[in-house]
Amino acid sequence: MYDTRKIVIILIMVFVAMAIIIRLFCVQILDNTYKLTAESNSRRKEIQYPSRGLIFDRNGKLLVSNQAVYDIMIVPREVHDLDSADFCSTVGIEMDDLRNLFKELRQNIRRRRASSYKPSVFIKQLSGERFAAFQEKMYRFNGFYAQRRTLRKYEYPCAAHVLGYVGEVNENMIKKNPYYSQGDYIGISGIESSFESYLRGEKGVNYLMVDVLGRSKGEFRDGEFDTTAVSGKDLTLSLDIELQKYGEQLMQGKTGSIVAIRPATGEILCMVSAPSYDPSLLIGRDRSVNFPILSSDPLKPLFNRAIQAWYPPGSTFKTINALIGLQEGVVTENSKFPCNHGYSIGSFHLGCHGHMSPLDLRQSIQHSCNGYYCYEFRSILDAPKFGGAHKALEVWKDHLVKFGLGYRLGIDIANENRGFVPNTAYYDKAKGPYWNSLGVISLSIGQGELLLTPIQLCNVAATIANKGWFYTPHVVHHIEGEQIDSLYRTKRETGIDTAYFSIVQDGMEAAVWGAGGGTAHGAQIPGIKVCGKTGTAQNPHGKDHSIFMSFAPREEPEIAITVYVENAGFGATWAVPIGSLMIERYLTGEIRKERKWVEDRILNAVLTPTAK
Amino acid sequence: MNNNPYHKGVDWTIVLLYLALVIFGWCNIYAANFNPETKVFFSVDAEYFKQMIWIGVSLVSVGIIMLVDSKLFVEIAYIFFSVSIVLLIVVLLVGKEVNGAKSWFSLGPVSFQPVEFTKIGTALVISRMMSRYGFQFNFNSYLKAFGILLIPIALVLLQNDTGSALIYFVFLLPMYREGMTTHILVLGVLAIICAIASLLSDSAIVMGILLLILTIAIHHTFYKKGDSIDGIITTIGCLVVSAALGTFFYFTNDSRFLPEYIPLGAAFAMSVFALTRSFIRRVPRVRILLMYLWAGLVISFATGFIFENVLIEHQRTRINILFGVEEDPLGAGYNVNQSLIAIGSGGALGKGFLEGTQTKLNFVPKQSTDFIFCTVGEEWGFLGTAGLVVVYLAFFIRIISMAEKQHSVFSRVYGYCVASIFFFHFAVNICMTIGLMPVIGIPLPFFSYGGSSLWGFSMLLFIFVKLDTDRNELIR
Repeated sequence: MYDTRKIVIILIMVFVAMAIIIRLFCVQILDNTYKLTAESNSRRKEIQYPSRGLIFDRNGKLLVSNQAVYDIMIVPREVHDLDSADFCSTVGIEMDDLRNLFKELRQNIRRRRASSYKPSVFIKQLSGERFAAFQEKMYRFNGFYAQRRTLRKYEYPCAAHVLGYVGEVNENMIKKNPYYSQGDYIGISGIESSFESYLRGEKGVNYLMVDVLGRSKGEFRDGEFDTTAVSGKDLTLSLDIELQKYGEQLMQGKTGSIVAIRPATGEILCMVSAPSYDPSLLIGRDRSVNFPILSSDPLKPLFNRAIQAWYPPGSTFKTINALIGLQEGVVTENSKFPCNHGYSIGSFHLGCHGHMSPLDLRQSIQHSCNGYYCYEFRSILDAPKFGGAHKALEVWKDHLVKFGLGYRLGIDIANENRGFVPNTAYYDKAKGPYWNSLGVISLSIGQGELLLTPIQLCNVAATIANKGWFYTPHVVHHIEGEQIDSLYRTKRETGIDTAYFSIVQDGMEAAVWGAGGGTAHGAQIPGIKVCGKTGTAQNPHGKDHSIFMSFAPREEPEIAITVYVENAGFGATWAVPIGSLMIERYLTGEIRKERKWVEDRILNAVLTPTAK
Repeated sequence: MNNNPYHKGVDWTIVLLYLALVIFGWCNIYAANFNPETKVFFSVDAEYFKQMIWIGVSLVSVGIIMLVDSKLFVEIAYIFFSVSIVLLIVVLLVGKEVNGAKSWFSLGPVSFQPVEFTKIGTALVISRMMSRYGFQFNFNSYLKAFGILLIPIALVLLQNDTGSALIYFVFLLPMYREGMTTHILVLGVLAIICAIASLLSDSAIVMGILLLILTIAIHHTFYKKGDSIDGIITTIGCLVVSAALGTFFYFTNDSRFLPEYIPLGAAFAMSVFALTRSFIRRVPRVRILLMYLWAGLVISFATGFIFENVLIEHQRTRINILFGVEEDPLGAGYNVNQSLIAIGSGGALGKGFLEGTQTKLNFVPKQSTDFIFCTVGEEWGFLGTAGLVVVYLAFFIRIISMAEKQHSVFSRVYGYCVASIFFFHFAVNICMTIGLMPVIGIPLPFFSYGGSSLWGFSMLLFIFVKLDTDRNELIR
């Protein structure tokens, strides 16, 4: 009755089947995108690694370049008929090594860390010569090919802390940033890390046609899908590599730090952290050997003291207390305080050394009088206008913050320490709520809880040199084709009157040149008006730290410098001569004959605790 | 005459097609599970081993079915159906939830879906019902037929297994063969077209186009009857009302006035006139056209509403992905995208047996169950996939032509049921893997890994093969 309906039903089925076949024809034969997406056996993806950006010093001297090495890659499934003896002699390994490498590879495949279908690194960082030999014979080693990589090459054995180092990415970094894949290199510290995104460039991809034996048969689709690698951008540092090298020489056998800044721009001219190490120690395969040695050294050569160590500023800090006192109107340039070998009140006594008394503000800096600053600091905290030491300390703290103390300055190297500036809340907790100005008197001479990093103290020197403002210190002068971050091009004001800086500068000049004695006479360089302030900081680790803070010349200052020599004694003994040699070297390019003995004395001095 | 029941009239063509599909299916399950990294060629824990056992179990069951008297299937139809419905209810209470659908019984290492039995039961009952002496498609028959279908549909929907619920619509095909009115089939197709079109574009536009086409059709019908005046009035009236409502819509700021109201209003005015005239002038064809019109309008209008308010998030996403409204290759579109990459990478001739890379290493999800077709596509290429589609088509057509040879109506209807069920699974599963349909998790007959589906499909088929051996007798 309804026999023809059989035809309708069959037609429906045929229609659907046809639709499916047409769709399959499109997907499997006409459309290429799916084939490209799938990792097919006839195509191999080769990553083109860009060369990392070069690094120059402020005078255009090349500091960091690249050297080519070659990783031997393996696609396990394609390996067959390997002449292992030939392979070993070609790449320069022992048979046992090869056996271990294969064992490791098999383990990785079992743990799904490697695939037998995809290339993985088999031998890392073959030298150029070895690669040449391998290249010639590569056709005999099925499943192997070489991948060019670049390693860093350091032209000078110095500035390791500023430059930082480059290493392989770890699993966490890969998870965080999909740009990286296993075996990629990434900047781990210093500017290699903070400027990673500029230095690394962009990876490229080449698709090659390969035959069953894995031999290249030319570009896939004439390179239609290839992308070229973009080289990393070059960096020019503000560092003067000659000054840096000289500083590291002077600090040989000592622990501590030298930081120099060009006050007008905030450019860091040198940043020495002693002891240091040769950055070449941490290249490529050597890193795994040398890194544990360096990190277990009790003197901590990997620790960048210039930005990470915090020290009490000692007497150098008197300059800031003087400025705050002047700005708040509690002292004038002519205010005089007595000093009778120190400051005594009741049973309390804070000692000082012998000098004239009473003295005014300029003289107090010249002679680094402790007694003067006890009076002066207490005048600030007990000034009636603040209504109590608790409130006054907050005002004092706010001034310090404007000098860049107590917080990270924000320099362009990671892991900067913020130092420590105590505030009222801190003392309320530490001493109970009833402390007074006498209880925190150590702050007057830069001792007590106050801690600064060398870069912060150097920035104070630069600020005094500039009479009241500074640019955030930075080591990168410019990036190829780009300006540095606006942070480093923005002036930061301290809010203290320019005139007061002149008074403090008078004091600092007198400390170096003053008739009737000054603490920093050793910093005299004929013909250059050096201003300076010494510091001798008590600390719980042993002998006092020897400190010198200075800038020169007084008019249009070119360099501001801070020297810290740990546990070395008086500021005048070690830090002052080191600082003056650095200034002379930077401003004149050499050390005068008559000062050679100073240089020799410093170069030969060994002051590190372990070297004793 | 040969009395051996295995030799008596067995259609060996269908048996060979069945065996070819099962064996090729097993090879692909083996390939999908083969791990090129470990190169273990055989493992007792692997899916292909379990599937091999299920193939054995299925063949034994098939052997038993061949020994049973054909009349038994007629007798037990209602009992079988009732038992399978009870199982569906039980699974709702104590079943195990897999992929959000509570449709599995778990007995130790073996788990199975009772819905496989329900398919057989429903096929038997529908056949029994329509083979009754003097059966006709009157109101009562429709009521009874749809009643039978609604019970399993409701229960399967309660299990949250939308894919399996859709299968029951396929029983419309055998009913159509037995004399069900064509309008239901046409209405079904119209509903699908309207629903898809409304999802792809705006439902107001779809409704407008539908109204335009059917107004012209009604105009033409009146014209052929010699009532050209009625036709012209219908057309012009429809246009005038549309224009009036359109102008109102353009100038009103009332957001409650939806653009869909323009075609609805015009259709209503036109329908009132055309319906009246069709009774007066005795033009019944107009009423049928009006029925199509309103069915289409309601479906289009409801689609948007259902899509926004009834479907749950993941169903909406799957539909959006399918129609390219959303691109999300790593999210909900991941399955289909990976599946297409695998199939596409096979090219014309495929990568060869066990040489596929995409269907191993877990790129494609559910690669041995719902997405087994990917393995075929990758390793056997277009040659393999197109070949497989042709084999399936031959399989369906063979069942239909066998059904047409049956002396008894029961066997014929059952044959159509079997062909339709297989066809539905085939079409939906493959269309899903190649991105022609949203992802609905139903297995590819004889291919997908899964014991209960293979066993159920084998029983479904071989009951018919057994009935076919008695094709010259009247079974009832």
